[in-house]
Amino acid sequence: MAAVLAFVETSRGKLKKSAAEILGEGKRLAGKLGGTLDAVLVGERVTALAGEAGKLGADRVLVADAEVFKAFGVDAYLKALVKACAVSSPRLFVMAASVVGKDLGPALAAAAQSALLADVTSVAVADGKVRVEKPVYAGKAVATIAASSPMVIATLRPNVFAPAQQVDGRSAPVEVIDAGVNPGDLRAVVKEVLAKASEKLDLTEADIIVSGGRGMKGPENWGILEKLAEAVGGVLGASRAVVDAGWRPHEEQVGQTGKTVSPKLYIAVAISGAIQHLAGMRTSKCIVAINTDPEAPIFKVADYGIVGDAFEVVPVLAEELRKLRE
Amino acid sequence: MELFVCIKRVPDSAAKIRVAADGKGIDPAGVEHVISPYDEIALEKAVQIKEAAGSGAVTVICFGPAEATKEIRQALAMGADKAIHLKDPGGSRGPLGVARVLADNIRGRKFDAILFGRQSIDGDNSAVGIIVAQLLGLPVVSLVTKLEMKDGLGVAHREAEGGTEVVEVKLPAVFTAQRGLAEPRYPSIKGIMMAKKKPIEEIAAPAPSGRLEIEKLSPPPERAAGKIVGEGKAAVPALVKLLRQEAKVV
Ligand SMILES: Cc1cc2nc3c(=O)[nH]c(=O)nc-3n(C[C@H](O)[C@H](O)[C@H](O)COP(=O)(O)OP(=O)(O)OC[C@H]3O[C@@H](n4cnc5c(N)ncnc54)[C@H](O)[C@@H]3O)c2cc1C
Ligand SMILES: Cc1cc2nc3c(=O)[nH]c(=O)nc-3n(C[C@H](O)[C@H](O)[C@H](O)COP(=O)(O)OP(=O)(O)OC[C@H]3O[C@@H](n4cnc5c(N)ncnc54)[C@H](O)[C@@H]3O)c2cc1C
Repeated sequence: MAAVLAFVETSRGKLKKSAAEILGEGKRLAGKLGGTLDAVLVGERVTALAGEAGKLGADRVLVADAEVFKAFGVDAYLKALVKACAVSSPRLFVMAASVVGKDLGPALAAAAQSALLADVTSVAVADGKVRVEKPVYAGKAVATIAASSPMVIATLRPNVFAPAQQVDGRSAPVEVIDAGVNPGDLRAVVKEVLAKASEKLDLTEADIIVSGGRGMKGPENWGILEKLAEAVGGVLGASRAVVDAGWRPHEEQVGQTGKTVSPKLYIAVAISGAIQHLAGMRTSKCIVAINTDPEAPIFKVADYGIVGDAFEVVPVLAEELRKLRE
Repeated sequence: MELFVCIKRVPDSAAKIRVAADGKGIDPAGVEHVISPYDEIALEKAVQIKEAAGSGAVTVICFGPAEATKEIRQALAMGADKAIHLKDPGGSRGPLGVARVLADNIRGRKFDAILFGRQSIDGDNSAVGIIVAQLLGLPVVSLVTKLEMKDGLGVAHREAEGGTEVVEVKLPAVFTAQRGLAEPRYPSIKGIMMAKKKPIEEIAAPAPSGRLEIEKLSPPPERAAGKIVGEGKAAVPALVKLLRQEAKVV
C-alpha cells in the first residue's frame, strides 16, 4: 500500500515535463501522510523509463507496457489506472491537469467512485482530509475545497508545483501490471491524425508564451511574433479577437474560453487585456505587455510594460533576446 | 436523432466576482447569469444535427436552482424541443456529485448521443461529461471540434495534444464541445415565442453526499503593481535587463 499514486505521462520515449512536478508534489504529500510514493507509467515501451521515475522520487514504479497503449485512449488508459489503484490502494491519486489528465481524472473518479479535485494549485493533507486550492470563475476567485472519500483524485495545474530534482543513482523496484486490455475493448477508435502532431509543447505546459492580439492587424504580421517566440524558446498564444477573425487556430487562444496558462513569462503583444483574457493568464509568473495605448488594462497586470508600436518594438526585442541566448 | 444536451447556468464571463459575506460563495448582487458558453456550442450543434436528420428531438438537461428556468427558456428559444430541470436543493457537490444527478436522470431514457460543454466557466473542472459517460457505461470523445452522426456511428474531430484526431465511435456516445464545433445562434423572436410553449419536466434532485466541502472562497492573489519600462524601441534594453536580472526569466 502506498500513500500516494502518481500517474506520470510520457511522450516520444521520454517522461513529460510535468513528470517532475507530479512526482515532486506526490513525494512531498506521501511524506506528510507518512507513506510511500508509487508511480504508474502507461504506454508502449515505457518500462525503459521506469528508472527515470525512480530518480525523480518514486519508491515503486508500476508499468502497463503494451502496444494497445501506443496512442492515448480513455478506455484503455482508464483500465490501466484502475489496475494500478488496485495494486497500490493509495489515499491520494495525483496526475497533471493536462489534456490527457483532464480525460483520465474524471474517468477514474467515476470508476473508483472517488472525489475529483480538478486543476488545483495547492494540496494539503490533514485530519483525514485532502484540502486543495483551486482557481474558479476562470481565476477570478480561489476556492478551498476539502474532500474525504477513501481515495481522492487531484489533477495538478501544470507549471505551478515545484519539480523534483533528479537524484542519480536512486532507483526503485519496477512492477509490471497487466490491465488485461484488448484492442477490441476500445470503443472510441482513432482513425487518423490530421495536422500532424507537432513537437511543440502544448500552451498549458509552455514556460514562455508570446501572445498576439488584434492590434497585430492581420495574420500576415505574425512573423515578428514567431521570431520573438523563437528567440526566447517560447510558443505562440493569441487573444480571442484574433482567433474569431480566423487569423490563428483556436488551440492558441488564451483566456476564459481558451486555455488557462501559468508560464514563467507571458508576453502580451497588442492585446488590450479584457477580463476574459486576463482570466486565462493572470497567474503567469512574469507578464510583459507591449501596447500603443498607455491606458490598456493589460498594463494593470503586467510586471513590465512598454508603451509603443509592436511593429517597432517586437523585432528589436527579438534581436536583443536572440543575442542574449548566443 | 434523439439528442441530449447538458447545460449549466453560470455567471456571465464579464461579471465581476465578489466573495459573499459567508466567505463560501459569490455575492449575487449585479451578477448576470447565462448558459455556459461551451454548452451553447454543444446545443447549437445538437440542433443542427437534428435539423439535418429531419427528425427526432433535442432535450436540454439542467441541474440548477429555480432561477435556471431563464437559461432553460433561452435554450428552448435557441432550438431545443424540450427540457428537464433537475432542481438543486443546495449544498456542495463536486463534479462526481453533479454527474451522478445527471446520470441518474438520463439512465433509462432513449437517446443517440449526449452533448456537453468541454468545461463550465465557473467550476472549470472539465469533468462532468466524462464522468457521466463512465457512469452510464458509454464511450466518450472530449474536445470535439467537428461532429457527424449517421448509421449508428459518430465521427468526431478531437483537439488532441498538438494535433487533430479523427475518432470514430458507436452510438450512443458522449461528446464534449470545444470551440469551433458550432457558432451559437441568437434566438429569433419566433424562437422566443415558441419557447414559452415547450415543455419543461421538473424533477427534485436529492441532497448531496457531503464528502466534498467548499470551505472558503477568496479573491485571487493580487499582482504587485508593475512598471512601465519606457516608450518605443528605446525601452527594449532596459526591459531585457529587468527580465534577466530582476525577474530572471530569460
Ligand atoms: C463569453 C466570452 C468569452 C471570452 N473569452 C475570451 C478568451 O478566452 N480569450 C480572450 O482573449 N478573449 C475572450 N473574450 C473576448 C474579450 O472580451 C476581448 O474582446 C478580446 O480579448 C479582445 O482581444 P484583443 O485584446 O486582441 O483585441 P482588442 O481589445 O481590440 O485590443 C487590441 C489592442 O491592441 C493595441 N494595439 C493596436 N495597435 C497596436 C500596435 N501597432 N502595437 C501595439 N499595440 C497595438 C490596442 O491599443 C488594443 O489595446 C471573450 C468574450 C466573451 C463575451
Ligand atoms: C465556490 C463554489 C461553490 C459551489 N457550490 C456548489 C453548490 O452548492 N452546489 C452545487 O451543485 N455546485 C456547487 N458548485 C459547483 C460545483 O462544484 C460544480 O458545479 C461541479 O463540480 C461541476 O463541475 P463544473 O462546473 O466545473 O463543470 P465541468 O465539469 O467543467 O462541466 C462540464 C460540462 O458538464 C455539464 N454540466 C456541468 N454542470 C452541470 C449542471 N449543473 N447541469 C447540467 N450540466 C452541467 C455542462 O455541459 C458543462 O459544460 C460550487 C462551485 C464553487 C467554485
